[in-house]
Amino acid sequence: MTSLSRDDVANLARLARIEMSDEELVNLSNEFTVILDAVARVQEVAGADVLPTSHPLPLRNVFRPDVVVPSLTPEEALSGAPAQEESRFRVPQILGEEA
Amino acid sequence: MIHLSAAEMATRLSAGETTSVELTQKHLDRIAAVDADVHAFLFVNNEGALAQAADIDAKRAAGEKLSPLAGVPLALKDVMTQKGVPTTCGSKILEGWLPPYDATVVTNLKRNGIVILGKTNMDEFAMGSSTENSAYGPTHNPWDLSRIPGGSGGGSAAALAAFEAPLAIGTDTGGSIRQPAAVTGTVGVKPTYGGVSRFGLVAFSSSLDQAGPCARTVLDAALLHEAIAGHDPKDSTSINAPVPQVVAAARSGDVKGMKIGVVKELNGDGYQSGVRTRFEESLELLAAAGAEIVEVSAPNFEYALAAYYLIAPSECSSNLARFDAMRYGLRVGDVDGASAESVMNLTREVGFGREVKRRIILGTYALSSGYYDAYYGSAQKVRTLITQDFNNAFEKCDVMVSPTCPTTAFKIGEKSNDPIAMYLNDIATIPVNMAGIGGMSLPSGLAPEDGLPVGFQIMAPAMKDERMYLVGAALEAALLTKWGAPLLSKIPALVGK
Repeated sequence: MTSLSRDDVANLARLARIEMSDEELVNLSNEFTVILDAVARVQEVAGADVLPTSHPLPLRNVFRPDVVVPSLTPEEALSGAPAQEESRFRVPQILGEEA
Repeated sequence: MIHLSAAEMATRLSAGETTSVELTQKHLDRIAAVDADVHAFLFVNNEGALAQAADIDAKRAAGEKLSPLAGVPLALKDVMTQKGVPTTCGSKILEGWLPPYDATVVTNLKRNGIVILGKTNMDEFAMGSSTENSAYGPTHNPWDLSRIPGGSGGGSAAALAAFEAPLAIGTDTGGSIRQPAAVTGTVGVKPTYGGVSRFGLVAFSSSLDQAGPCARTVLDAALLHEAIAGHDPKDSTSINAPVPQVVAAARSGDVKGMKIGVVKELNGDGYQSGVRTRFEESLELLAAAGAEIVEVSAPNFEYALAAYYLIAPSECSSNLARFDAMRYGLRVGDVDGASAESVMNLTREVGFGREVKRRIILGTYALSSGYYDAYYGSAQKVRTLITQDFNNAFEKCDVMVSPTCPTTAFKIGEKSNDPIAMYLNDIATIPVNMAGIGGMSLPSGLAPEDGLPVGFQIMAPAMKDERMYLVGAALEAALLTKWGAPLLSKIPALVGK
């Protein structure tokens, strides 16, 4: 039986960039005890000799011709932007204040 | 006229007995009359649909050669981008977003002159089996408005069953086309992975997602399948090979000498008695049509559900990282001095619903250092074993069959607080996605105990999609003879509307 504590879930939520209330963290922690128990069955069946499958098609290095084709205009690309400035996406502060 | 099949509508259009504008208006009127009860649509594009219809009518009047389905209306699942038309994926995080481009499926629909009526409801980002996870409220099953229409593509399936559209587009990651088809008495096909482009399909689990046709008849599904399928340079996982001849197969329906493999593990315990009754009856009808029924075993299918609920959440936790409040969609908490990270955290808290958050967190855990091999790695190995099960079984048969779902439609709210019970809906549909092969669900009748539709699932090897249509057409014809009228003519709800 694997379980995740409230603090474990809080750490995962931080990594996934989702703010969560204390109630949500506790609920998810309880649910994960059941869910992880169910999905842990995958560990019962495959031996070390079984190769993993990441994708149904055996494709690698798929290229198209390197030809310039019409694409979105800057106006179209910015059409859904929550905020914009000088034909660019305006975003909140990413780096800390310079010293 | 709205009760005709898409093929019959197309015949009347080309014979000049009706116009696309008239046909489209009749469907828009139907939507206006019943969708307050059904809630299949998130957005109805009255003006856009009528403009597209008028354009087709003008081309027909000018003598242009048109595609087989030109002028026939369709409902589009809201997970597909359509330029300038709201696309939400059932999520608050994309509320109000107008995509600046068309999905390749939409480009193909437009090229074939298929009229897009609007966008259909779905579980948020296609995560769910009941359409209850839509941020915009649930869709109701036209057979019984207190029941779920399946999911994630419940809106598309309900639109067909309520005669709001003769054709629809769905997407199927673990059964999201087939399970809604089963519980609404309609037809749904998940093509071979790579058969239909994923460009413009908002990604949930990229190695499993596949768009496909939804309809009320097998032939209609085939006509739509050929209209949307084919290689697309914009999707690196698109198969560069000729599209399987599914329309010819649907017109033939000849199953003489075909070997149909009944999957031993997808029957029996856990399957409702009426579901088993209808399944056995369908096997008898196929045998009478000349097919040979054999039993096949797929011992690793019992691990498919567990593997799916690691692989899909893992891929979703990565795919949904794109909803970061920076370039499009919702942005919350962008006050003076707020950091980008805090804006992301607050936006994703408000923008995502409970199930989406649950899967993102589960996927983040399954991919994290120290747990990767035990969870995601083991699940990938199970995927190999399931594919081997299919390969072994297909040496003994041409197609494999099972009930599509263990039960008929359940009540709205009945399972919404029990994720494991909800996930069990997909137990028979998930193996197909894991192996990337094709799967179809078509109606096999009503369960005697509750009078609700039951689905029959047909699975075919990769790029042998035509086999599903051969078997589906044969069964559909035999059942029609038995019933005397299509199953949907028996639908009790919405009478008088």
